[in-house]
Amino acid sequence: MAGTGIGKRVARKEDARLVTGRGTYVADLKMPGLREVAFLRSPLAHARLSAITKPEGAGDRVFVADDLDGVLPITARSTLPTYRQSDYPVLATGKARFAGEPIAMAVAESRAEAEDLCEAIELDLDELPPIADVWRALSPDAGRVHDDWPDNLCLRTEIDQDLSELEATAAVKIEREINTARQCMMPMEGKGVLAYWDDRAAQLVVVSATQVSHIVRTGLSECLGLEQGAIRVQTVDIGGGFGYKATLQPEEVCIAWLALRYRAPFRWIEDRREHLTAGANTREHHYKIKAYADERGRLLGLDAEVWVDIGAYSVYPFTACIEAAQAGGNLPGPYKFDFYRCKTYSVATNKPPFAPYRGVARPGVCFAMEQIIDAIAREVGREPADVREENLVPLEAMPYTNITGKQYDSGDYAASLRGVRRQIGFDQVRQRQQTGEADGRLIGVGFATYTEQSAHGTAVFASWGIPIVPGYEQATVRLTADGGVEVRAGIQSIGQGLETTLAQVASEILTIPTDNIQVLLGDTAMTPYSTGAYASRGMVMAGGAVSKSANVLAERVRAIAAHLLQCEAGEIAFENGEIKSGAASLKFSDVGRAWYLRPEELPEGVDQGGLEVTEGYKPGTDLGVFSYASHAAVVAVDPATGHVEILDYAITEDCGRMVNPMVVEGQAYGGTAQGIGTALFEESPYDAFGQPLSSTLADYILPGPAELPSMRVEHMETLSPHTAHGIKGVGEGSAIAPPAAIVNAINDALRGLGVEINQAPMPPSHILDKILAAQEAAS
Amino acid sequence: MKPAKFEYHAAGSPADAVALLSRLGEGGKIIAGGQSMGPMMNLRVARPEAVVDIAGATELCAVTDDGDDVLIGACVTHGQIEDGDVPDPSRGMLPHVAGGIAYRAVRNRGTIGGSVVHADPAADWVTTLIALGARIDIVGPDGSRSVQAEDFMLGAYTVSLVEGELVTAMRLPCLSEEASWGYTKLNRKVGEFADAIGAVVIDPARRFCRVVLGGLDGTPCLLHETAQAVAKGEREALPEQIRAEIERRLPEAAPGKKQIYGVALNRAVNAAIG
Repeated sequence: MAGTGIGKRVARKEDARLVTGRGTYVADLKMPGLREVAFLRSPLAHARLSAITKPEGAGDRVFVADDLDGVLPITARSTLPTYRQSDYPVLATGKARFAGEPIAMAVAESRAEAEDLCEAIELDLDELPPIADVWRALSPDAGRVHDDWPDNLCLRTEIDQDLSELEATAAVKIEREINTARQCMMPMEGKGVLAYWDDRAAQLVVVSATQVSHIVRTGLSECLGLEQGAIRVQTVDIGGGFGYKATLQPEEVCIAWLALRYRAPFRWIEDRREHLTAGANTREHHYKIKAYADERGRLLGLDAEVWVDIGAYSVYPFTACIEAAQAGGNLPGPYKFDFYRCKTYSVATNKPPFAPYRGVARPGVCFAMEQIIDAIAREVGREPADVREENLVPLEAMPYTNITGKQYDSGDYAASLRGVRRQIGFDQVRQRQQTGEADGRLIGVGFATYTEQSAHGTAVFASWGIPIVPGYEQATVRLTADGGVEVRAGIQSIGQGLETTLAQVASEILTIPTDNIQVLLGDTAMTPYSTGAYASRGMVMAGGAVSKSANVLAERVRAIAAHLLQCEAGEIAFENGEIKSGAASLKFSDVGRAWYLRPEELPEGVDQGGLEVTEGYKPGTDLGVFSYASHAAVVAVDPATGHVEILDYAITEDCGRMVNPMVVEGQAYGGTAQGIGTALFEESPYDAFGQPLSSTLADYILPGPAELPSMRVEHMETLSPHTAHGIKGVGEGSAIAPPAAIVNAINDALRGLGVEINQAPMPPSHILDKILAAQEAAS
Repeated sequence: MKPAKFEYHAAGSPADAVALLSRLGEGGKIIAGGQSMGPMMNLRVARPEAVVDIAGATELCAVTDDGDDVLIGACVTHGQIEDGDVPDPSRGMLPHVAGGIAYRAVRNRGTIGGSVVHADPAADWVTTLIALGARIDIVGPDGSRSVQAEDFMLGAYTVSLVEGELVTAMRLPCLSEEASWGYTKLNRKVGEFADAIGAVVIDPARRFCRVVLGGLDGTPCLLHETAQAVAKGEREALPEQIRAEIERRLPEAAPGKKQIYGVALNRAVNAAIG
C-alpha cells in the first residue's frame, strides 16, 4: 500500500538531523551575554545549615535561598488520605535533606569559573543523623526528614481482603522478599535550562529540556508569582526523558528567577556527576509477598507489602506517591485471581526525591510478580510457562476488570506468551539444558508477561488529587496555502518519534505525504495546552487529537473543494494527496489558495474557522487502555564467576494499532536495553551516611552494545475499543519486563544448584556469593 | 565538572618535558592522552597548577628495537597497539590486551605510559607488563634509569617516580617463537576495569615463566610457586596450587574474590598451556 499513513514504516523525519549531529540541545544554544550557572550542592545527606558565607565581592554572583525574593518552594499536593505535604525549596532552607541538594548557585562567564565560585563559598553545616534507607527511616528512634511530620511516612495505602480462608486451605503457600535497587534514569542528555527576558514580548522565556513544557509554565508561575502570560516555555531537541524531565526542576525555577531578576540570559547544564548523585532517584522498591495457589499452581490470592524509598521531597506535579500507589494497583498484573491484600508505604529518606521512570512502578511489580509465578511453578513441579499461561486473564474474559479495578480493554495475553515461547525455541532450550554446555556454563530460560496501562486520564489523576490532571488533549492541524500541513501539539518529543508519527496520523486522513507535514511541539506560545509526554500517552492522546482535528479539517476542505469542482461534498474523496470527485480532481493547494489568496472564489457560508482546526480529544475511557507483551530470555550463567550472558531475547507485544511499526520496534529495543540495565548493571548504592557511592560512570555501569542481545520483536495488533484508530500506548512497556524475564532465566539456570536470586540488579558478585553459600550449606 | 584553572605547556621532547617539570616544581603534572588525567581534573580530584603535554613529543610516540628489547614509547596509544600499527614483541598478547581496554574512543587517545603511571590496580597494562617481564624507562633531572615493572608500581595509584621524572618507554623482551601466553580479565562488561586478571607468559627458550594476578586492591601479585609448577608442566596439580597460593598471599580476601581470582588464573594458565 502506498502512502505515509497509519501502519506505514515511514523513516523518522527527525533522524536526519539527530544522527548527523545537527540537532539542537539546550547546551548548543548561543546568545549574546549568556552566563553559565553552577550549583553548590550539599556534601551531607542531612544537615542543618548554620551559615553560608559568600566569597568576598561575589554578592551579586552567588545566590542563596534568602536572595530569592518572593520565590515560593515547589509544592506538590495530593488529596490522597494519609498523604503528607512537604515543601521542596528550590535552594535549601533550614536544612539540607540529601547529598546533592542545591544550597547556592554561582554565575560566571564560563561554567568552570562558576564552579570556582562555588568552591569559594563557605558552608557551615551541623550534621544530623542521616536517614539512609527505609528501614532506618521507619525505626522509632530515627530522626525526621521533615521536622514537622510525626514519622517519615509520606503515604500509606491499603487494599484489604480477608485471606484467612486461603491461609487455612490453600495447597501451596510461598513467601518471598524481593528488592530492586535505587538507580538513575540516565538520558544521554541530562537536565538543562536556559532563561532570558524578552522585552518585546514582555515575557520570561525559559528554554528547558522538559517533557512537560505547559506544566513547567504552570509551576514556574506558582513559584515565581508571575502571571502565566508573562512566561513562555520553549523546547529544543531533547536527548531522552524517561520521566526524569517530567517534573518541575528546582534548577528551572532558579535559572528563571535569575533571568527575571537581571533581565539577562542564564543557563545551567546538568553534568553527569550531578545526574549520578543528585539524580539517583528511581526504582528502589522492597517487597514482602505471600502467595496462595492450588495444587496445579493456580494463583488464589496474594498478600503483599511494598516499601518505596521516596527520598527527601515530593516532586511536582506527580508527587512522591504515585509510585507506591501504582505498585499496589498494578502488582496483580495480567493475572486473574480473587483475593488480594496489599499495603504500601512511601517512606521519606535522605536521598534524592523519587521520580517516575519509564514504566512507573511496573518494572518493580512485574519483577516481583513474575518471580512469584515461577516460584509457584517450581513448588508444584510444573513448567513456569504453563503455570503462567493458566493464570493469565483469558481471551474470553475480555474486557476484564481485575482485582484492583483495572479495566483490561482487549487482548489475548496467553497468545503473546505462546508467541514468545515459540520464538525463543522453548523445547530446544530444554533439550540443550539436558545436554549441558562444553564450557560448564548453565543455561536457563525465563518468561515475563505484563500489562501496560497507557494514557490513563482525568478520572485516574483526579482520584489522586495531584497538580496534574489531564483532560482533553488538543492539537492544531492547519492546511497551508501551498497544500502542506502544519501540526501543532503541546506534547513533547523526547526521542520517541512524534514528529513522524503525528504526521502519519494527519497523513492517514488527508493522504498528504508526511514529507509535506510539519510538526511543531511543546512551545507554550505556539501549541495548545498539553500536560505533556508521560504515561505512554503521546500516540493515544495527541494522536487522537491530531486525528480529530484532521477529520474536521477534511470536512472543511471537502466543502471548499465541492464548490470549486461544482459537486456535492459527499462525492469528494482524498487519494494520494489529491482531491477527487469522479474523474475531476484538485490539488490541496487549490483549496489552500482559495482560502488564503483567492477568497473571492470561496462558497457562500464557508466555515469561517477556515483551514485551521483545534479540537480536543480524549478516549472513551479515563482508565487507560492496556498494551501488553511477553518477553523471553535465554541466559548462560557461569557458575564459577556468576557472570550472565543473554544468549537470546524475544518479545511478542501488542499495543493495538501501530502507527509506525518501526517506531514501535525502536521503543521495544530501547526499553529492553534499559530493562537489561536494571536487571544486570545499574545501581546507585548509598552508604550508611547517605553518601552516594556511584558518582561517575566508572562506578555506575550501563549496558553497552556488547551486553545487549539482538532482540527479536513480533507484533500482535488487537485494537482498543476506546481510542481513535484502536491505538494503545507503547512508550514504557519494554522497560518493564526484562528484569523479570532475566531473573527467571537465571533462576532456571541455577535451579540445580539450589540457588534463587530475588534482587535487581544481579551483578556477578551477588550471584557468585549465593552459589558459594549454597555450596557451603550443602557440604 | 570543569577543571580548576591551570597553565598549559606543550613539550616537544622528553628533555623539554624534564626542563619544564623542573621549572614548574611540584605544581607541574604530565598529561599525555588525558584519559585519566582529564576526568580527574574535571572532577577536581587532580588540580595541577600546570600540565605538561607530552602527546606531541614524537620520540615518545615511537616503537624501537635496540637489539635486545623492544621499546614502546610512553605515548603510544592503546589503539595503535590494538591495530598492530607498531611492532609487537609479545606474539599477540599486547594487541589482545589493548583491544579490551575501555572503548575505542578511549583507546584512540589513551596511552600505555599514561596508564602505567596512573597505576590503577584494575587497569590492564600494569598486570600485563609485569607478566611480560617488562622494564619501565624513566628520565629525570638526574638522567635516565630503568626499573622492573613489578618494582615500578608501589601501590594503588602510586609509582616510584620522583619529582621531575617521567616515563619514556616500556622496555619489553622479545618472546621466543615457542612462547605462549594467557590473559583472562573478569569484569562487569566489555571494556570495564577488571574485577580480576590472570596473566600468564611461558617462554621456555628464555627460561621465563610468570603468573600474575591483577585487579587487586593494590599492586598485582606475582605468583612464583604457581609459575614454577606451570614451568614444570604439573598440570593436574595447578588448580590446587593456585588455590593454595591465593590463600597464602591474600588470606583476607572475601571468598567470592578468592573464587574469581582462582578462575582468572586457571583460565589464563590453561590458555597459555594450550
